[in-house]
Amino acid sequence: MVEPLRREDVAKVAALARLSLSDEELDMFTSQLAQILEHANDIAALSLEDVVPTAHPFDLINVVREDVIQPCLSRDEVLAMAPDAEDGRFAVPRIMGEAP
Amino acid sequence: MKSALDTARDVRNGAVTARSVAETSLASIRARNEELNVFVHLDEEGALARASDVDELVARGDDPGPLAGVPIALKDNLCRRGELTTAGSRILEGWRPPYTATVVEQVLAAGAVVMGKTNMDEFAMGSSTETSYYGPTRNPLDPTRVPGGSSGGSAAAVAADMTPLALGSDTGGSIRQPAALCGVVGVKPTYGLVSRYGLIAFSSSLDQIGPFANTVADAALLLEVIAGHDARDSTSLPVGAPSLLSALDEGVAGKRIGVVKELIEGADEDVVAAVTRARDVLEAAGATIVELSIPECRLGLSAYYLIAPAEASSNLARFDGVRYGLRVDAEDVTAMNEATRTLGFGAEVKRRVMLGTYALSAGYYDAYYGQALKVRTQMIHAFRRAYQEADLLLGATAPSVAFRFGEKTSNPLAMYLSDVFTIPTNLAGDAAISVPFGRGEADLPIGVQLLGPGHSEAGLIAAARVLEVAS
Repeated sequence: MVEPLRREDVAKVAALARLSLSDEELDMFTSQLAQILEHANDIAALSLEDVVPTAHPFDLINVVREDVIQPCLSRDEVLAMAPDAEDGRFAVPRIMGEAP
Repeated sequence: MKSALDTARDVRNGAVTARSVAETSLASIRARNEELNVFVHLDEEGALARASDVDELVARGDDPGPLAGVPIALKDNLCRRGELTTAGSRILEGWRPPYTATVVEQVLAAGAVVMGKTNMDEFAMGSSTETSYYGPTRNPLDPTRVPGGSSGGSAAAVAADMTPLALGSDTGGSIRQPAALCGVVGVKPTYGLVSRYGLIAFSSSLDQIGPFANTVADAALLLEVIAGHDARDSTSLPVGAPSLLSALDEGVAGKRIGVVKELIEGADEDVVAAVTRARDVLEAAGATIVELSIPECRLGLSAYYLIAPAEASSNLARFDGVRYGLRVDAEDVTAMNEATRTLGFGAEVKRRVMLGTYALSAGYYDAYYGQALKVRTQMIHAFRRAYQEADLLLGATAPSVAFRFGEKTSNPLAMYLSDVFTIPTNLAGDAAISVPFGRGEADLPIGVQLLGPGHSEAGLIAAARVLEVAS
């Protein structure tokens, strides 16, 4: 049995998932997610040591093609969809802090 | 509106023009779209121009194809170059993709006329179309009730006779459940049979694109057009399109049909009664009925609501305000990502992204995601065993007829239970069809579900046809 979900767990996953939650949302999501996970305890509690996990409905083998240049999206067209672009690249706000 | 088969035949032989068919479809859409919120993006000009092109082909003596002049609606998670594609989300408001989904290319190559994009639960996460940023869709048969979801708009488009055909996607029941609630036919094809290139991904090991139609024959027609291998989808199976229309009248004589206890239990009385009647009809048509139990189905809901959110948390990481869609400016990149996703995603998407992130996180991975993958193995084996005893399986599609707005929105688990009978097929990677069969509470339609192993679509179509004729 897994420990019940706590408010701080939800705050942590929200930060990992790049979501910010108000106090009310944090309360609401904690109780809803706890309820869903409680339902999932039916499988968390099973003994399945010998069962092989299935991540996909059929055995996927890497699908590769010949290394030949094929038509692809135009850079200008793709950059035109971006909220911000500059000099042929996606532009974003600063990533690192200011130099001291 | 005429069936897609009749329309295509009449357009091909010049008895009607594709333009007049498109105008009729537009008139039906205009008459009720404001009330029902079925189409979120309507392409009137494009549809009429396209219909005229089809008519020109006919006039020149060329064959536009098996969907000649047939109006079709696309779920709004299918990309079409230059056309608004929003997946029911604010984060994609105003987005126009730079490429076209393979299924859209296929229906266009077959002569269809795309009328527009239909409403859906945000990123296909929901069972009622209530999580759409663009407002809920109303059930055409009773506008006080939901159409089901997540492909609620596509189901409603067909049910309201706006278009004879629509495409949807089914990750845990998102084609079959709204088909049942709107009284139309919906097919979840075998995983890998239909290309997903250009489908906005929700849960990649489960998502499949499939058809909605008013008749089993029309669903078969559309599935024939969209099935087949596509080199642009690495999960596409190296098989050709199955021949389905030729199987339509094959019946079920000599077939073994398993009635699965776990795919009925907990359903409302009217739904259980419909499945029982369906069973009797199939038996009278010559099938041998086998009573089966697949206890693993009871674990499907839990496994699904760990696997699908886990995959979604990864798939939706791409919505970060950098390359396309919404951006909310902030002082640095992380704050910008967070502000964008916080404003751009609705509550259900946030719930699932967090659930998936949690299920995958250190310390919980083995207990949740890892266990769910093992249950999936057991589910696959259980269905394989069942298909040694029966050729096809029978159960309910949804536990009840269409429910009312708001009935399940405050309790996510209650909403998730809407998919309890449809989820096992997605986990197994198999095929299933929902076909309208009788009416229940408040004279609303009931869908019964036929399930089969991978590549059993022809058998499912034939069995569904038997039920269609009898209902």
